[in-house]
Amino acid sequence: MSIARLHDLHKRRMGRNLGVGLVLAAFIVIIFGLTIVKIGRGDFSTNPGAPGRAIEETSNEN
Amino acid sequence: MTDLSTNAKVPGAETEAQFGDYFALLKPRVMTLVVFTAFVGLLAAPASVHPFVGFCAILFIAVGGGASGALNMWWDADIDAVMRRTARRPIPSGRVEGGEALAIGLVLSAFAVVFLGLATNWLAAGLLAFTIFFYVVIYTMWLKRTTPQNIVIGGAAGAFPPMIGWAAATGSVSVEAVLMFCLTFMWTPPHFWALALFMRGDYDAAKVPMLTVTHGRRSTRVHILVYTVLLAALAVGTAFTAVGGPVYLATALVLNALFLKGAWDIFRRDEAASEADNYKAEKAFFKLSLLYLFAHFGAILVEAGLARFGFGGWA
Repeated sequence: MSIARLHDLHKRRMGRNLGVGLVLAAFIVIIFGLTIVKIGRGDFSTNPGAPGRAIEETSNEN
Repeated sequence: MTDLSTNAKVPGAETEAQFGDYFALLKPRVMTLVVFTAFVGLLAAPASVHPFVGFCAILFIAVGGGASGALNMWWDADIDAVMRRTARRPIPSGRVEGGEALAIGLVLSAFAVVFLGLATNWLAAGLLAFTIFFYVVIYTMWLKRTTPQNIVIGGAAGAFPPMIGWAAATGSVSVEAVLMFCLTFMWTPPHFWALALFMRGDYDAAKVPMLTVTHGRRSTRVHILVYTVLLAALAVGTAFTAVGGPVYLATALVLNALFLKGAWDIFRRDEAASEADNYKAEKAFFKLSLLYLFAHFGAILVEAGLARFGFGGWA
């Protein structure tokens, strides 16, 4: 009788789980990155004096 | 004592889906075309986009395109199973359940549209949503099995990505974006009809009303030539718009001359000649068509790159 910890099935599932894990990690990085960029540009700012707003308003005037 | 052995054969283990099978649902080859043309549309647009936002926009457009591919595979699993070219796809080969493909397609579609809207603007998101709807409902569910014009009208779905890229950058759609759309739209029919000529039997077996099946192979050869002439006029004419320039014009002149020559060769041949050399001219035309589209969009990209240094276009 042989008891092996890893069956081929487990290897397949390992690959699949790893893939899903990497996709979720990439998703977090993307959301974090987008948030940083958008906050940096002042997209979410309600303050008319925020840097992003000032640039937007200047470009609208042109 | 319990006879415990994990080395025993597990039913279905060999066909259990791996991550690559789910990725294959997204039609990665088609996705390269979507990514590239959307990228060109984004960069050719007269607006600056933050590099990370641009990257995300392309990614979401690609995910949306991939999601529509998954939904297409879900709906077309029955005909994919009988065509040689598609029989090894994840659903007909039994590695992925149809329901899984449907769920993945729907979830990724919603994800891509919502996040493209949040990252860029809702016009781009709306265009992406319409593209997915057009490809899945109008082309896959309706036209593909009912009319030989399936490829002509359905080709619009594959033509939208540069327009979405443009809209993501500018928040609007202009003549140049429409021209890039038309370029892919007019290119699609000769590209697929050439494939249908040398993949003979596949579409007949699946009862898909391709032009080769409904109107015959002679008519298909005529259609390829007519569409190639119209495409050449459009492609060369684009050189004199804001996205064109000397580099694009030179590329368009060379490739359209080759493409017209290829279409003329196909037009002049009959089935006996094609069968004699195993569809050499048709296969060469199909390969050239891939280069054709990438080179045209590549030239638009070069013109956009040169413009940033004050050299692009006719100015």
